[in-house]
Amino acid sequence: MPDQLRSPSATPPAFRDPASEGLLAKVLLILLGLAFLGFFLVLPLVSVFVEAFRNGFGDYYEALIEPDAAAAIRLTLLVAAIAVPLNLVFGLAASWAIAKFEFKGKSFLITLIDLPFSISPVISGLVYVLLFGANSALGPFLKSYGIEILFAVPGIVLATVFVTFPFVARELIPLMQDQGTGDEEAALSLGASGWQTFWYVTLPNIKWGLLYGVLLCNARAMGEFGAVSVVSGRIRGLTNTMPLHVEILYNEYNMVAAFAVASLLAFLALVTLALKTFLELRFGAGATGGRH
Amino acid sequence: MEVTISNIRKEFDRFPALNDVSLKIASGELIALLGPSGSGKTTLLRLIAGLDFPTGGKIFFGEEDASHRSVQERNVGFVFQHYALFRHMTVAENISFGLKVRPSSARPPKAEIRRRVLELLDMVQLGGLEKRYPHQLSGGQRQRVALARAMAIEPHILLLDEPFGALDAKVRKELRRWLREFHDRTGHTTVFVTHDQEEALELADRVVVMSQGRIEQVGSADDVYDRPGSPFVFSFIGESSQLPIEVKGGTVLFQGQPIGISETEEGAGELFFRPEDVVLVDAPDALFGKVTACRRLAGTRIAEIDIANDGHAPYHVEVEVPLHAPVELRSELRFRPTRWKIFRK
Repeated sequence: MPDQLRSPSATPPAFRDPASEGLLAKVLLILLGLAFLGFFLVLPLVSVFVEAFRNGFGDYYEALIEPDAAAAIRLTLLVAAIAVPLNLVFGLAASWAIAKFEFKGKSFLITLIDLPFSISPVISGLVYVLLFGANSALGPFLKSYGIEILFAVPGIVLATVFVTFPFVARELIPLMQDQGTGDEEAALSLGASGWQTFWYVTLPNIKWGLLYGVLLCNARAMGEFGAVSVVSGRIRGLTNTMPLHVEILYNEYNMVAAFAVASLLAFLALVTLALKTFLELRFGAGATGGRH
Repeated sequence: MEVTISNIRKEFDRFPALNDVSLKIASGELIALLGPSGSGKTTLLRLIAGLDFPTGGKIFFGEEDASHRSVQERNVGFVFQHYALFRHMTVAENISFGLKVRPSSARPPKAEIRRRVLELLDMVQLGGLEKRYPHQLSGGQRQRVALARAMAIEPHILLLDEPFGALDAKVRKELRRWLREFHDRTGHTTVFVTHDQEEALELADRVVVMSQGRIEQVGSADDVYDRPGSPFVFSFIGESSQLPIEVKGGTVLFQGQPIGISETEEGAGELFFRPEDVVLVDAPDALFGKVTACRRLAGTRIAEIDIANDGHAPYHVEVEVPLHAPVELRSELRFRPTRWKIFRK
């Protein structure tokens, strides 16, 4: 009856946001997401730490200060300390060139920068074996001057630089392209030199993007396995980085020690993530150049 | 400072953006570069600034050839279309930037810089906002900060690229009047680019009308409106209608029929007239056609008319009719231009 339809107790039909889903779909999708996240991310991460502390904190600590492990940690820090600043400069220079200037072969250069992402790390390592190995032209020549590249620190650094090259550039190119050259032109028209323009205008505009790129670059530099394992020769205490050390310990069924070192790497990844999140929260506007 | 532009050419990848452009800008003058997009007006402004370099020709600042001077050496104040304020700097830091980057020998002392910043802020009526960041300002305020920043270096010449382009209509009108006063007070030689003819005609001492990389006409607002020098200027500035005509025996013929106006030079041409420059007549020798639409425009009424003699394609023209005149749709209207210009083909 029409009167009943119009009675005040009848609640008006609930309007649903056209872009949202029904309750059942919502719950299912969220559960699916959580299950995936838990199974593939949280569970492995937790198991690393559980395994590392299986025999208590004493054994954990022992595994980290043992000379070979300590050497691996030192080497990893050293390699990152060389590779990251190098790629900071390379990445900055490359994105500056790509974003601020027009030239022929630009898209080819962008593809080239992405190359380390698209080829297998093992190939990246093999490239240096071919270049500096015993049967190459360069290897024996350098060796005659006492310079060891392969199976030594320089080779590890080279392979790491190659593999982590795209991180800073990839982060900066879209940011700088979006910002255009207007600010730089304004600074130049006000009498600033090229360096002043870079220091006072360009760099502050990209600093958060740059920092983020450096963080990612650092995480990968410390965690790189494939390319480094080809060129390192895995000499314990000499050319073993942390990821390589983890693998050796694992192959020797030294689970606690392997996971102790692995937990350090995992911890590093977590710190990187936390820093990234913090940067995005704190400087969200700055990280994207204040343009939304 | 007087600026002379002499036979400037500019090509981008062989595509000509400017074609043999010459212009003399007097000291203290306020000049508008007016034209549709792609006419080369912004290119010309950037060449004067030294943000781009010409393919050929020369630019003089006063007597000196400035063609090969860098943008830093030219000492120009450039206000960018989107202001290009440094977003990580406060208003005061933005304005003082040009002074702080000077070599220490030419840099004013700190207290002097601060005094200048406050003085400039007062001049652009933004006193008290020196600690704000650009994103905390409105569009009109940003515009004035950009202007103050450009003025801080005491430029020889002030260049503005579409200074009001990004503002809404009301702010635009206010700022326009304000810029005129500002110019009259400071007396800087000023060149601004605009595609808005109202802006150019109201604001500038002289208007440079540009099209397809060439200067079509240079003149006062009265010159370019009342005495357009080319068909482009006539149709670009203000409203106008055009009809193909022929002059025979001193009379102007449209599609072979006399329309009641005379001209001395014989031959075919293009007749231009403005909607307000017509008179309604009741005579056989006149332009006539059917009223297709009628609209009220502020204090006047505009009738759209299709005029055609039998067997010809109709031409669409617009004429202003008195508010009290009885004009009905589809009725016939007869009129003659009272002021017109014929351009030869």
